[in-house]
Amino acid sequence: MTDAILFAVLLLSGFGFGQLNERRHYRSIKEREVQFQSIVTVASRHPPADEHYDQQLVVGSVVVASDYFKSFVASLVNIFGGRVRTFEPLLDRGRREALLRVKEQAKALDSSMVFNVKYETSRIGGAVTTIEVLAYGSALLPKQ
Amino acid sequence: MIVTSLEYLPGKTVERHLGLVQGSSVRSKHAGRDIMAGLKSIFGGELVGYTELLQESREEAVQRLIEQARSIDANAILNVRFSTSSIASGAAEIFVYGAAVKVADQR
Repeated sequence: MTDAILFAVLLLSGFGFGQLNERRHYRSIKEREVQFQSIVTVASRHPPADEHYDQQLVVGSVVVASDYFKSFVASLVNIFGGRVRTFEPLLDRGRREALLRVKEQAKALDSSMVFNVKYETSRIGGAVTTIEVLAYGSALLPKQ
Repeated sequence: MIVTSLEYLPGKTVERHLGLVQGSSVRSKHAGRDIMAGLKSIFGGELVGYTELLQESREEAVQRLIEQARSIDANAILNVRFSTSSIASGAAEIFVYGAAVKVADQR
């Protein structure tokens, strides 16, 4: 009986706070994306070689957790297979946040472009699905 | 030491290629952080403790990469790549590798 109550509490708080956290995170992501719009991040491996730039490695990473409710729903969906909608925003949030942190670093260095951007995603164990997203690239800095 | 994810450096030429260098770091989370993160993960959102932990071990791995490159007299590491793998429950290995080279300014 206590187990059932605990499960219900976890499920409910996961649902409520999870939704709240996600909405808050998305709002902040959208705000910062507008703020850092001027910084170009590209996957191109070939920066302009004619002009003289200094460059520096910039790295951004974030660990985000889904919530108890979403993980539970996903485990149900897993039985039947198909699109796991509850995890899609999680990965999206992780990637966008990591890239924003790359941009933040680039901005701090006074750089306006980052080349050869790569992503890395890894799963971190636990009851609730948690992922780490790493984004990195080379920021070009105007030579002094 | 120049560390870059690019394959070449604008304005510089590679004089010598010194081979692959690597750095790695295996870390596990300590119990206090683990419990807190476990609780927080119920509600979702960023787990700052883990973000910091992984960042620290990544910095350490890069430091080891640089040390190795320095020991073979390189002055730049090109094409740096990161890779993460969880090797046991609660422990992750951060691995970073790149090509050690000697570069000089373009004339």
